Amino acid sequence: MADLKSDFVGIKSPNPFWLASAPPTDKEYNVRRAFDAGWGGVVWKTLGLDPHVVNVNGPRYGAVYGADRRLLGLNNIELITDRPLQTNLDEIKVVKRDYPDRAMVVSLMVPCEEEPWKYILPLVEDTGADGVELNFGCPHGMSERGMGSAVGQVPEYIEMVTRWVKANTRMPVIVKLTPNITDIRQPAGAAMRGGADAVSLINTINSITSVDLDLFAPEPTIDGKGAHGGYCGPAVKPIALNMVAEIARSPDLQGLPVSGIGGITTWRDAAEFMALGAGNVQVCTAAMTYGFKIVQEMISGLSDYMDSKGMTSVDEIVGRAVPNVTDWNQLNLNYVAKATINQDLCISCGRCFAACEDTSHQAIAMSDDRTFTVIDDECVACNLCVNVCPVEDCITMEQMAPGTTDPRTGKVVEPEYANWTTHPNNPAAKAAE
Amino acid sequence: MAQDVFTPGIVPGRLEPGEYDSHFSDLHPRLDDHAALVAADRCYFCHDAPCITACPTDIDIPLFIRQIATGTPDAAAKTILSQNIMGGMCARVCPTEQLCEEACVREKAEGKPVLIGQLQRYATDHLQEQGIHPFVRAASTGRKIAVVGAGPAGLSCAHRLAMHGHDVVVFDARPRPGGLNEYGIASYKTVEGFAAAEVDWLLQIGGIEIRTGVALGREETLAGLRDQYDAVFLGMGLGGVNALRVEGEDKDGILDAVDFIADLRQAGDVATLPVGRDVVVIGGGMTAIDAAVQSKLLGALNVTLVYRRGRDRMNASVYEQDLAASRGVRIVTSAMPVGVTGNGAVREIEFSYVDADMKPTGETLRLAADQVLKAIGQTLEGEGLPALDGGKIAVDAVGRTSVDGVWAGGDCASGGDDLTVTAVAEGRDAAMDIHASLTAG
Ligand SMILES: Cc1cc2nc3c(=O)[nH]c(=O)nc-3n(C[C@H](O)[C@H](O)[C@H](O)COP(=O)(O)OP(=O)(O)OC[C@H]3O[C@@H](n4cnc5c(N)ncnc54)[C@H](O)[C@@H]3O)c2cc1C
Ligand SMILES: Cc1cc2nc3c(=O)[nH]c(=O)nc-3n(C[C@H](O)[C@H](O)[C@H](O)COP(=O)(O)O)c2cc1C
Ligand code: SF4
Ligand code: SF4
Ligand code: SF4
Repeated sequence: MADLKSDFVGIKSPNPFWLASAPPTDKEYNVRRAFDAGWGGVVWKTLGLDPHVVNVNGPRYGAVYGADRRLLGLNNIELITDRPLQTNLDEIKVVKRDYPDRAMVVSLMVPCEEEPWKYILPLVEDTGADGVELNFGCPHGMSERGMGSAVGQVPEYIEMVTRWVKANTRMPVIVKLTPNITDIRQPAGAAMRGGADAVSLINTINSITSVDLDLFAPEPTIDGKGAHGGYCGPAVKPIALNMVAEIARSPDLQGLPVSGIGGITTWRDAAEFMALGAGNVQVCTAAMTYGFKIVQEMISGLSDYMDSKGMTSVDEIVGRAVPNVTDWNQLNLNYVAKATINQDLCISCGRCFAACEDTSHQAIAMSDDRTFTVIDDECVACNLCVNVCPVEDCITMEQMAPGTTDPRTGKVVEPEYANWTTHPNNPAAKAAE
Repeated sequence: MAQDVFTPGIVPGRLEPGEYDSHFSDLHPRLDDHAALVAADRCYFCHDAPCITACPTDIDIPLFIRQIATGTPDAAAKTILSQNIMGGMCARVCPTEQLCEEACVREKAEGKPVLIGQLQRYATDHLQEQGIHPFVRAASTGRKIAVVGAGPAGLSCAHRLAMHGHDVVVFDARPRPGGLNEYGIASYKTVEGFAAAEVDWLLQIGGIEIRTGVALGREETLAGLRDQYDAVFLGMGLGGVNALRVEGEDKDGILDAVDFIADLRQAGDVATLPVGRDVVVIGGGMTAIDAAVQSKLLGALNVTLVYRRGRDRMNASVYEQDLAASRGVRIVTSAMPVGVTGNGAVREIEFSYVDADMKPTGETLRLAADQVLKAIGQTLEGEGLPALDGGKIAVDAVGRTSVDGVWAGGDCASGGDDLTVTAVAEGRDAAMDIHASLTAG
């Protein structure tokens, strides 16, 4: 069993799985249960100044389901902690004392002035916490008050506040970013300039999950009205992965550690974030859906994976896929593939046919006895059939060997790499050397 | 062909060679990857899951199913085997319809439980077929423990003890280890020598020596074992069988179902096994069902299972009863054998129908029979054993007997159902208590 020990910006934990700042880390009771279940660390639910905020007393969450009511996306209108500051600080202190080997990071959100930060940081240091995370991400409620994503959407504010915080604490500072922006590299760069030790992302995405068609109001509906909320869960993972990768491969942001968040539900999701450059990961919705016990699967899964790859440290995964994330114009246009259907696995549902015949390239043939085969003369290798087929690995993409002729184009597959920048159809193409 | 299903008497070779293969093939072939993923996807990962509570070995079912769903079947196997070292056999033979799957919340929701047993087999086969033994033996403690019986209880106990660094010697009276896994379980539940393969796999832990052909009460005595070993575990199952106590019981063609089944399990080629044309099985448990189904599969023309009480009192589950019916076994209930007729060999057996109080109703039933298989319960055999309770060795919750330093578990011990999985659980728990008592202080 591989050792999963993690060291993220000097914060040590027995594994790279932390719980994100949210209800699972809202209070002592939850966090003790989380640590007992095996979580490596937590980012405590965001603290603010007293008087503490209040939450709505009606539903806070809306949901998007897949088949069999599997929760794919969750949206929430919850605010930061709704308990007094001192209560939280006292609890953080005793939990950290009782679980010294676990990471204890405290999330903070106070008004955009230096004084409140100067006030709260020593209080957090006094708990023995390992670090702070600045919540510049909350997209609802707090942003109306000039905090959360209202700060996170203005790089200058991020830089300024980060600088204040660094000046007033010895603890590592993680800046949590909002995805509700156009270019994630801008806020990440601002955090870096302000001296942040790391960034974490993503916080939740502005969203309305559904509309009640009797009340004509967005859900969750409170007394006939609804507000946009923050979206999270498996549905947001692709957005988060891309943002993490954008930071990891940006030359300006080299060396900026990232804590990956957004839809992580299994060990595999976690490993994917890490491969794209995240030094560790944080989880919220998956724990809220299935309970703290899922961390056992994450631990066994990551450890088995590392064993199978001969890896002895989680750092060996971190960033391993980054060199392979590139721009479209760098992709090899001489790479030619064709879809192939494994007739032993095919159950003859015809979904691939419907997809290809109706909406794509008419590259799948259907016989009278419902045998489905790919017509190589037409197949452009778009992958749609693979994506709609209900059977894993039934349709695969097979690369055509260089030297063979692609029956669709009649052209011989070239062995050399060649991309769009040199393609004859590109008006801006430079002649190949 | 010399014989067919109509040939009277007890003869071999009633079927075409190909028919035997299809009759004795795997009852539930292993799920393929796709079917396993679809099945795993149905699990809700319940909190404090009822399926775990219903499993006698407390396997963390939601966790292992999630590990399958996330593409790590070997991790799933470790989750299973850490609680139940015979998770592979149990996946094949557990009456899941009365255990985990009966408790599954999706049984309640849709009348279709998650396929826990089949998923368990998917995971354990995946690991075991690679020859991987995922447990390591602790440093040797220098302690020696004697285990009597190499069935599920004894082997589970031995494995757990070996894992904790103790040296174990397992004695078994039979020529091959495995207990009823090897000699009893229906052949279509454990095909292709799985029982023997599982024992070999289990022994990879090291520190276990098996001595077959050595019986307690013959080559060894309990006092002798207590002298030579630091602890003794008794897991010898139930070696004796109940008698019918009917006139004519000694006629040719009447035999114990367990012997019939043991011969079947040990036969190299089932086509050589003789079976009657008109077979009557007496009993209402798993053994009766298995004997009836397998005689039908061997080519008997008429197989009737007769049980003295009502259907609801049958020990065999509804699932097992349906399996028998689907193979063409006729089930008669509330009928008691009263006489056997025949000249040397049995020809006919007579039953009297009885009411709920076992009083004859006056109605009778006569069945032609050239073979009668008795499956009316097994009994504990042996002398000088620890104190008994209800005909079995009295044990407490962790398997301690009335004799100091002697533990017992499985079918020979009091409490619990007579199931493979229960035997595994009791062997494991006794091992933990033996380990605790040997390392205390
Ligand atoms: C026909 C049949 C079908 C069954 N089908 C199922 C099923 O489908 N599912 C299920 O869960 N359960 C089934 N069972 C029950 C299950 O097989 C038993 O509950 C289980 O095997 C008990 O395990 P054990 O280790 O206690 O005893 P056993 O499996 O009986 O093993 C005891 C071992 O001790 C040895 N032994 C006995 N006496 C001595 C002695 N004096 N000295 C040394 N060794 C000795 C025996 O040779 C044997 O190897 C079935 C039982 C029978 C008879
Ligand atoms: C109910 C709820 C409350 C949250 N509260 C906070 C918060 O107080 N501070 C914060 O930084 N993020 C908060 N988040 C965002 C999560 O920490 C996390 O960034 C986001 O949910 C994405 O991760 P996930 O897909 O694993 O849930 C909250 C999320 C939810 C669902
Ligand atoms: S999850 Fe608990 S607190 Fe929330 S609505 Fe349901 S019962 Fe109430
Ligand atoms: S979608 Fe997949 S399973 Fe269905 S017909 Fe096409 S190849 Fe076969
Ligand atoms: S009860 Fe059924 S659905 Fe729930 S955890 Fe067990 S197998 Fe899964």
